[in-house]
Amino acid sequence: MSDTTDSGPMLAADGTPLKRSLARALRRQKIRALMLVAPLLLFVILTFIMPIASMLMRSVDNEMVGEILPQTVVEIQNWDANSGELPDEAVYAAFAADLVQAVKNKEHTKLGSRLNYEQTGLSSMFRQSGRKVKNWDPVTDGPFKEKLIKAHKGWGEIETWAAIKTHSSKYTSGYFLNAIDMQKTPQGIAAQPEDKQILITLFIRTLKMSLIITGCCILLAYPVAWILANLPARSANLLMILVLLPFWTSLLVRTSAWKVMLQQQGVINEVLVWLGIVADDNRLEIINNQFGTIVAMTHILLPFMILPMYSVMQTIQPTYLRAAKSLGATNWTAFWRVYFPQSIPGIGAGSILVFILAIGYYITPEIVGGTDGVFISNRIAYHISKSLNWGLAAALGAILLAVVLVLYWAYDKIVGIDNVKLG
Amino acid sequence: MKFTKTLLATTALTVAAGAAMADDMTIVSWGGAYSKSQLKAYHEPYSAKTGVNIINDDSSAEAVAKLRAMNEAGNVTWDVVDVVAADAMRLCDEGLALEIDPDTQLAAAPDGTSASEDFGDLLVSSCFIPQIVYSTTFGYRTDLVGDTPPTDVCAVFDLEAYPGKRSLEKRPINNMEWALLCDGVAKADVYDVLATEEGQNQALAKLDTIRDSVIWWNAGADTPQLLADGEVIMGSTYNGRLFSVIEEQKQPVAMLWDAQVFDLDGWIIPAGLSPERQARALDYIMFATDTQRLADQAKYISYGPARKSSAPLVGKHESLGIDMAPHMPTDPNNAKNTFLYNYEFWADYRDDIDAKFQAWLAK
Repeated sequence: MSDTTDSGPMLAADGTPLKRSLARALRRQKIRALMLVAPLLLFVILTFIMPIASMLMRSVDNEMVGEILPQTVVEIQNWDANSGELPDEAVYAAFAADLVQAVKNKEHTKLGSRLNYEQTGLSSMFRQSGRKVKNWDPVTDGPFKEKLIKAHKGWGEIETWAAIKTHSSKYTSGYFLNAIDMQKTPQGIAAQPEDKQILITLFIRTLKMSLIITGCCILLAYPVAWILANLPARSANLLMILVLLPFWTSLLVRTSAWKVMLQQQGVINEVLVWLGIVADDNRLEIINNQFGTIVAMTHILLPFMILPMYSVMQTIQPTYLRAAKSLGATNWTAFWRVYFPQSIPGIGAGSILVFILAIGYYITPEIVGGTDGVFISNRIAYHISKSLNWGLAAALGAILLAVVLVLYWAYDKIVGIDNVKLG
Repeated sequence: MKFTKTLLATTALTVAAGAAMADDMTIVSWGGAYSKSQLKAYHEPYSAKTGVNIINDDSSAEAVAKLRAMNEAGNVTWDVVDVVAADAMRLCDEGLALEIDPDTQLAAAPDGTSASEDFGDLLVSSCFIPQIVYSTTFGYRTDLVGDTPPTDVCAVFDLEAYPGKRSLEKRPINNMEWALLCDGVAKADVYDVLATEEGQNQALAKLDTIRDSVIWWNAGADTPQLLADGEVIMGSTYNGRLFSVIEEQKQPVAMLWDAQVFDLDGWIIPAGLSPERQARALDYIMFATDTQRLADQAKYISYGPARKSSAPLVGKHESLGIDMAPHMPTDPNNAKNTFLYNYEFWADYRDDIDAKFQAWLAK
C-alpha cells in the first residue's frame, strides 16, 4: 500500500482507498439503521407477515390426505378414474391397511371431514366404516374389496375413489378453484353446478358496494372537511369533536343504532308515517338489504374520509382563492380550477382508506345486510368459524388480498400514489 | 442490590401467578342468561365445594374453530367447553375432544341407574356429555296474527292467513326440514328426500314462496328483539329465549310448539390437556352433570335436563316462582309434534346444502 504511485486510487487519511473507506462507513450506517428498526421489523414479521403467510399457505396445502392414506395415494395412481371400473384389490388392500392405522390414530374422521368438502357423504362414510374396520388385520384378513363394500356401500362407488384420487396430491389448486365457483373433477376443471355458484357474485358485489360507499363518503365528507378547514380554530375544534365522537363509539353500538333507526317500526318510518308521507301498511324497507349496508357503512367509515381531507385542506392557502377571484374567476371557477385540484391528495388518501376498509368489512353487513347486502368477508368468516373449511377461507382471503393489491397498483398508475397526502 | 430485589420480587410474583393459575379453570359457554344459569347451578356450588376458581369465557359460538387453532398451536387454554351436539361430533371427529366413558366417568342416578342408561339416546357422540334438551321453535305476536292464532308450523308458509314478516335463521338447518314438512313430505321421509337434488330444490322452492317476507337472523337474540319491536309477526329461535320474552319481559308473544326441532347442548373436554387439568375437568363434569345439578339449572332457564332422572326434580323458577315443567320443550303438552334433528345427515350434507342455500339467498 505504501508504495502506491500517483496513478493509484485516491487514499483516505488512514491509507485505505477512499472508495473502500466510504463503503465501509456507509455499511456501518446501514447496519446501525437496521439495528434501530430491527425490533419493529421482527415484530411485524412475527406477528403480521408470518401468520398471514401461514394462513395463505393453507389455500394450497393438502398434505393431510397423503399423510393419513400413505399407501392408498401411491397405489391409486395406477387406477384410471375414467375407466368406468372400480379400482382393483391392490387399492382396496392398501386402503384397508391405511384405514385401520388411521382409526388407531383417530385420524380417519378428520380425513372424512376434509374429503366431505369435495364429495358430500364421505364424512359419515369414514365415521361409520371406522367403527367396523377397527379390528381388521390388514395382513391376514384380505381380500378387502368385498369386505369394504359390505362395511359401507359407498366404497363400491367410482365417485368415492375418484374423489380420493383427485385430491391425493400434496398441494392442491382445489381451494382456489372452489373460490371462483369452479371445481376439480377427475375429468379436469369444471364449473360448479349453477345452484352452488355464489362466490364470484359476492366478490363483484363487494367491490361494487365498496365503491358506492367510497363515493358516498366523498360526497358527504367534502363539505364537512371544507367547513372544518375554513372555520376559526375554536369552532373547528368543537365541530371536530362531533366528527370524532362517533369514531370513538363502539362499532356494534353504531350498527345497532342504525337498526333502531331504519327498521320498519323504527324511528325514520314512524316519523314518515306520522307526517303522512308513507302509508302505515306500506312502510319503507330500508334495512336488511343493500341500502341498509350502504347507509350504515358510509356513516361508520365517514371519519376516515373527513380526517385526511381536512388535514389536506388546512394546508391550502385561502389567498389562492382570493387571488383567483380578484383575477375575475367566478366562485365556481375559483373552486373548481384552483381549490379542488389542491384538495385531490386528501380525496385520494381518504378513498384508499375507506375503500380498503370497506372491502374487508364483515360485522356491519352481517347485522344490517340481510341477504343481498352481505360481502365476501361474511363468507370468509363463515368458512373460518362455522364450516371450518380453512383452505377455502384462505383461498378467498388470498384472492381478496390480490384484488386490493391490483387496485392499488391501478390507482398508482392512474392517479399516482405520490398524489396521496395525509396532511 | 436493587436489581436482585426486583428479580426476587418478579420471581415471587411469577410463582404466585403460577400457583393461582393452578386453581383457575376456564369454562367456555354461550354467555347471557344461559351462562348465568350455569353459574348458579354448577359453578358456584362447585367452587364452594372445591375452592377452584372458575373463569367464564363466552366463546361457544366459535368453539370449534378456536379449539382447532389452539390445538394446532399446542396450547389449549380451555378446560371444559359447552357446545351443541353437532359441534361436539365435529370436535370428536377431528380428535379435538376427549372421549368419555359415561359409566365410569359420569355420576350414576340416585337410584343407581347407570349414566349411560340415564342419558339414553342423548349420548350422540362418544365425546359429548349432554346437559340440556333445547328446541328451535316459533313464537308469534298474539296481537298481530288476527283472531285465529296459528297452531301449525305451516302457518309460517301461509302468507294469506298470516300476512307480515317472519324471521328465520340464516342457514339451511331446520328451515329446509320445515319447508319439506309443509310441502307435504311425511316426517319420517324428510331426510331421505333432503338427501336428493330434487328434495333440496323442493325445499328451496317452498322457501321461495315466502322469501320476500323473511328477515334472516344470525344471533339467537334477534328474533326476540324483532318480535318485541313488532318487526315480525312470528319467528324461530331457541325456546329459552322465547320464555324470557314471554314470562320475564311480559311481551304479547306466545309459543308455537308445533314441529319444534329438538337439539342437545352439553359439555366436551378438549383433547391435549395436562393430566392434572384433565382430571380436574373430569371431576367438574362428574359434579355438574349429576341428577340434582341438571334439575337445578332448570330453575333459571327453560331448557329440559338431559337426564331422565332429573325430570321429576324440576321445580319452580327461582325469581318468578312459576312452575318450570310446563315450559320445558319436553313437556308432553309441548312435545305433541316434535322433530328430531339428524346429526349424521347434517354432518354430511351441511357444506353442500349450505352452498346451495346461500346461492339461493343471494339470487
